[in-house]
Amino acid sequence: MTTSPPKSAAHPAIEFVGVRKDYLSHGEAVPAVRSLDLAIGQGEFFSLLGPSGCGKTTTMRMVAGFEEPTAGRVMLDGRDVTGVAPNKRDVNMVFQSYALFPHLTVRQNVAFGLERKKVAKAEITRRVGEMLEIVSLTGMEKRQPREMSGGQQQRVALARALVNHPRALLLDEPLGALDLKLRQQMQIELKRIQREVGITFVYVTHDQGEALTMSDRIAVMNSGLIEQLGSPRDIYERPSTRFVAGFIGTSNLIDGRVSWADQGYAVIDKGSGERVVVPVPGTVPVGRDLEVSVRPEKIDLHRTLPSGVTGSLLSGTVTEVVYHGTSTNYTVATSDGTDLVVFDQNAHDAEDVASRGERVFLTWAPQHSYPIGV
Amino acid sequence: MRLRIGGDRLLHVYTWILIAWLVLPIAVMILFGFNDPQGRYNQTWQGFTLKWYGEVFALEALTDALVVSLLVAVATALIAGALGTGIGYALGRWQFRGAGALNLLMFAAIASPELVMGSSLLSLFVSLGAPLGPVSITIAHVMFSVSFVAVVVRARVVTLDRSLEEAAADLGASGWTTFWKVIFPIILPAILSGVMLAFALSIDDFVITNFTAGTTQTFPLWIWGSTRVGLPPQVNVMGTMIFAGGVLLAVLSNVRSRPRRKTA
Repeated sequence: MTTSPPKSAAHPAIEFVGVRKDYLSHGEAVPAVRSLDLAIGQGEFFSLLGPSGCGKTTTMRMVAGFEEPTAGRVMLDGRDVTGVAPNKRDVNMVFQSYALFPHLTVRQNVAFGLERKKVAKAEITRRVGEMLEIVSLTGMEKRQPREMSGGQQQRVALARALVNHPRALLLDEPLGALDLKLRQQMQIELKRIQREVGITFVYVTHDQGEALTMSDRIAVMNSGLIEQLGSPRDIYERPSTRFVAGFIGTSNLIDGRVSWADQGYAVIDKGSGERVVVPVPGTVPVGRDLEVSVRPEKIDLHRTLPSGVTGSLLSGTVTEVVYHGTSTNYTVATSDGTDLVVFDQNAHDAEDVASRGERVFLTWAPQHSYPIGV
Repeated sequence: MRLRIGGDRLLHVYTWILIAWLVLPIAVMILFGFNDPQGRYNQTWQGFTLKWYGEVFALEALTDALVVSLLVAVATALIAGALGTGIGYALGRWQFRGAGALNLLMFAAIASPELVMGSSLLSLFVSLGAPLGPVSITIAHVMFSVSFVAVVVRARVVTLDRSLEEAAADLGASGWTTFWKVIFPIILPAILSGVMLAFALSIDDFVITNFTAGTTQTFPLWIWGSTRVGLPPQVNVMGTMIFAGGVLLAVLSNVRSRPRRKTA
């Protein structure tokens, strides 16, 4: 599922053409990135999301020039930069450890890139001041990094990169070291800054919440390949592989054999009136094994058999009830042995709908089922 | 509780004994710089005087020896500092063919007895026909002190965050600029410690210097030569001055490296 970049421009900001990257380990080539063809649009907030070791950081480091692809090309603004040294590439990076120069003041840190480009003194002063205002650090010019909090250091790192007006800003898990509250604050802040400066952001993270919150598009990576590429809504609502369904949020996966199919829908009959209805593209042969994913918050939980159900219906026994404040999470063991998770918003009742050991019925609309890998 | 107080007191006593043990010889040296001995021997207290401080450079041979020692020590500190920084940086930063052998060689230079090094250096200089004097002494001192500088610098370099170099490159700095603008300022305290160590090792070295000096007199060699005829109080005064210089440097570097109060 490939969606086109949101903004059209002469060239994509970043393009990977047939990129592969192997690392040598004990004389053997171990692939970090197997095969990558990807275009990141101008001004896009693009996230590379995946577990550690999936190749997301390697992908980013190939843009910065810290790693060279084993095969393929990396293009910046339509220019082939494969083999170009990092200091000759018009991109800047925010490092996971911030990598602020400890012996320099905030001002000197932020001015470092402009000084390398031999920008005039007055111009440097103006741009550094402007950038520190954008990241809300005005008045801290003379501080040293060690005299600042983690969140402030993070802003210095951001300013130091952005002040150079790079073609793209690369962010390597930049919020990883911050506490939850600050992280959420910085997510909103980052998004605001990106809108303000209009620069392409490439964001590497293993935190799906972060990626969903900030991105225009997300590439979910796993063992060196992109599993799915799309908008946060696409990725969350319509996971196209088992991996994506499992990695993003909580997913229920139901196995079954197609009993009959018609008009873009397939039905898996589970016996005694229970069934899973799933929309499918085109036709699916009857008898085919199918895996269906459904998000926990889409499922309704009933204590009595509801009438007039048009979508999926399953019954089971509640094995776990966990109160989460805004919602209550139920685990229900269905008759065929699958455990399904159900999130029930605590919008109306202060009381739990069902308790442990109780028999319940689960229903959800046809459009909330997604077939995996069809 | 009683026992605990007793243990504390014991620890206090032990600590003061240890401090006395370390300080006493230095205190005696300083004290006898103010002594007014009647004969050749400056060994019994005979009265307070400041005259040796006025006549500290009165003995020409002793002054010349001190000047030679200081020149050799400064040259050693600078040369060993520069070479040791290069070696330490290379060993800490990269893995290369021969790194293991270089490590071993450095350790050997630190661990091998000075007698062995001194005598082999002497035979080397003699077989090369090189004249013995301040230059040969400096070569010998650089040889044994460069390892100390390298070890100190390497220890700092291995703890450096590698992303600092990447950040500098990312911001457009060449390798050369990265070293001088980022790496060097950060590892400078380690380099200075190494340089001071080299200076200290050089200025009081006796064994290797004795082999490689020829007829040149250094401060330690002159003192050794004159112990048989009695040490003049000027030696105590010079010793006191060198000691005071060392203390001053230590205090300065301590004040400089003390972390400033964190604000956040």
